[in-house]
Amino acid sequence: MAERGRRHRLLLRGGSVVAPDGEQRADVLVEGGTIVAVGPGIDVPPGTEVLDASGCVTGPGLVDLHTHLRQPGREDAETVETGARAAALGGYTAVVAMPNTDPATDSAAAVRAVLALARVACVEVAVAGAITVGRAGERLVPFAEMAELGVRLFTDDGRGVQHAGLMRRALEYARPLGVVLAEHCEDEELAGGGSMHEGAWSSRLGIPGQPSIAEEAMVERDLGLVRLTGTRMHFLHLSSARSVALVKAARAEGLPVTAEATPHHLSLTDAEVAGYDPVFKVNPPLRTAADVLAVRAGVLDGTIDAVATDHAPHPPESKEEPFDMAPPGMTGLETAFAVAYGALCLDAATGAPPWLTAPGAAPRRASVAELFGALSVVPARIAGLDVASGHGGPIRPGARAQLCVVDLAARWTVDPATSASRSRNTPFAGRELVGRVRHTIVGGEAVVVDGKAVR
Amino acid sequence: MSRAGLLSVEDLGRQGIVEILHLADSFAEVSERAIPKVPALRGKTVATVFFESSTRTRLSFEAAAKRLSADTMTFTAATSSVTKGESLRDTVETIDALGVDVMVVRHGSSGAPAQVAGWVDACVVNAGDGQHEHPTQALLDCFTLREAMARRAGADPVDDLAGVRIAIVGDVRHSRVARSCVLAFRALGARVVLVGPPTLLPPTTEGWGVEVAHDLDAALDEVDVCYLLRLQSERLREALLPSLGEYSERYGLTRERARRLDPDLVVMHPGPMIRGVEIAAEIASSPRSLVTRQVHNGVAVRMAVLFRLLAGDLPAPFPGMSGGMSVGAEVVEAAVPVAGGARRG
Repeated sequence: MAERGRRHRLLLRGGSVVAPDGEQRADVLVEGGTIVAVGPGIDVPPGTEVLDASGCVTGPGLVDLHTHLRQPGREDAETVETGARAAALGGYTAVVAMPNTDPATDSAAAVRAVLALARVACVEVAVAGAITVGRAGERLVPFAEMAELGVRLFTDDGRGVQHAGLMRRALEYARPLGVVLAEHCEDEELAGGGSMHEGAWSSRLGIPGQPSIAEEAMVERDLGLVRLTGTRMHFLHLSSARSVALVKAARAEGLPVTAEATPHHLSLTDAEVAGYDPVFKVNPPLRTAADVLAVRAGVLDGTIDAVATDHAPHPPESKEEPFDMAPPGMTGLETAFAVAYGALCLDAATGAPPWLTAPGAAPRRASVAELFGALSVVPARIAGLDVASGHGGPIRPGARAQLCVVDLAARWTVDPATSASRSRNTPFAGRELVGRVRHTIVGGEAVVVDGKAVR
Repeated sequence: MSRAGLLSVEDLGRQGIVEILHLADSFAEVSERAIPKVPALRGKTVATVFFESSTRTRLSFEAAAKRLSADTMTFTAATSSVTKGESLRDTVETIDALGVDVMVVRHGSSGAPAQVAGWVDACVVNAGDGQHEHPTQALLDCFTLREAMARRAGADPVDDLAGVRIAIVGDVRHSRVARSCVLAFRALGARVVLVGPPTLLPPTTEGWGVEVAHDLDAALDEVDVCYLLRLQSERLREALLPSLGEYSERYGLTRERARRLDPDLVVMHPGPMIRGVEIAAEIASSPRSLVTRQVHNGVAVRMAVLFRLLAGDLPAPFPGMSGGMSVGAEVVEAAVPVAGGARRG
């Protein structure tokens, strides 16, 4: 990362800072990558870069546990550099790069290759490893060797580990390494190759569906394996009400599990597929309104720890195939904050975009601090990025400056053409959102200023 | 974005279906003439764009277009650049650029015609997409049933199928014909029961307005029409059925089962039939079978669909429609919506 001199000074002026008991009016002064002062009306010497934060809140930079950067292998869809830029525009200061690249990140050499690419990225890129070689579900990757390079999260994401016996061995083997195994829960036999949620819409549209049980059966299996092995596990993108209930019960039992949900599973239902636009094809699939409400409730009650994007770029031509032939996946880095804010913090009375308001409003709304908890604090902890490089706050003197500044009142309409991603497959195109990232500060350096990427 | 085409029976509603049946009445008369041709769509081009094989649907659309004096173009995936890896979008945009007014699209994927409609200027007619819909099949089935019910009652055809009880039997889950037929039959007031083993019925029929049954014999006692669907042998490989024998025994219209049927019950099948599996050979050719009427009526119904889609473009009266072309003129009257219905008089 380019250093602007060790003593480069930066002031975020005129805004508020996120705190558990509401936002506090405060400026934030950063020097040489570290926060040196937090408080109202900080005076600064000349030569300080001043960013206008008026009307905004400053929170810890967002941390995405689930980003597909596509490099190596599918540079037509995304590169580490372009994906990182999209992340920065979305307020992220760190992302975890998923291992389903080509070749897969299943060896120390492959980890080193992605880390090398990450050096040009404008946000921190942590590397997740596969659980099995080539994500083929047959042989374990060298967990220890990869963990020594800093890999903290292992997953065959895109697929679940189909063989229960192999998953048991993976959990047992990984236990002493202090790493986290993360599962994309999908029993492929039960999913039956379906391209959307199985239910009233799939029946009507004539699109073979995958039933919720395809996800839930693997959640249940893996919870049993955690009970058996005692190894920590993280559940990726939960999408069904029953999955959330299973994880909730497991946590009540004291099992060491965490879970995430995506912005799209917090906001969209399978009714979106009615127009057959493959941009709405995703795995796990968009489900029913009842599932959306259950996933929201799961975040609100803490069953689901983190909101993670599952940013999955695909080039336009691949999303212009027929629905059953198009690849699953949606981009999400640039819209995640606003979608989650609208779905979790706002309601009709407080200005949520109408398309995000649920009938029969959720029991309560999340505070802004809780939203940053799910988008930054907790994911940073799960990925081990809190200790390593100061992601996930708190915002106080002495902490490394990983920050984002968000205008919570800004209303905007998503235009895929302006995305920094190489791909355009956002399901939110043309939709109104509330809450927009103004500045992003990575390690003390402003990489997004006034909504524009400067690197 | 193309002009409104015909992607789903839902695009028509009851009124649209009835209009097409009326238009088809006129065109059926044209088809009986020595020279079964009217100049209604002279100068228009209809392209059949089939990514999946077909016998009757393609020929029927081409015959319909020709009887309306439209020019026709034919595209088949097997002999096209698709085999060289050309994408769906590029393929249909290429055809569109040649200048076509109607693109009749068949594709193995549900929703493909709807996607095509978003990319081309031509009007798109869905000629069968995956397991979604086959609207013109449902329309010709309505036309055929209405004709059969009128013959049974010894009266002129009426506009609806009110009170007619229809069993749709077999692989409803994977059937685009069944989805369109349910919509069309229900729109016209028929009562529909879907009959088959649970593995061949949709995961849910919530909102379909139909009954579901698993006992064919009991269902047949309660209906006027037995509409059989084709059973593809791949359903066996997918383990949705134990054997073809057991399927025939429980859900096929076997000779024994047919013997017990009400003599007035009529049998329909969208084709292609697998004789000996879902239908015994002699029943397919028996007087209670409407199968050949379905195929026959397909041409007039597709003429009506093509005409209705392009009628808005045509001046009325238009050149070629004067001088001995009274049927054509009537048809135009009936098809062009006139403000306040003044010309209906």
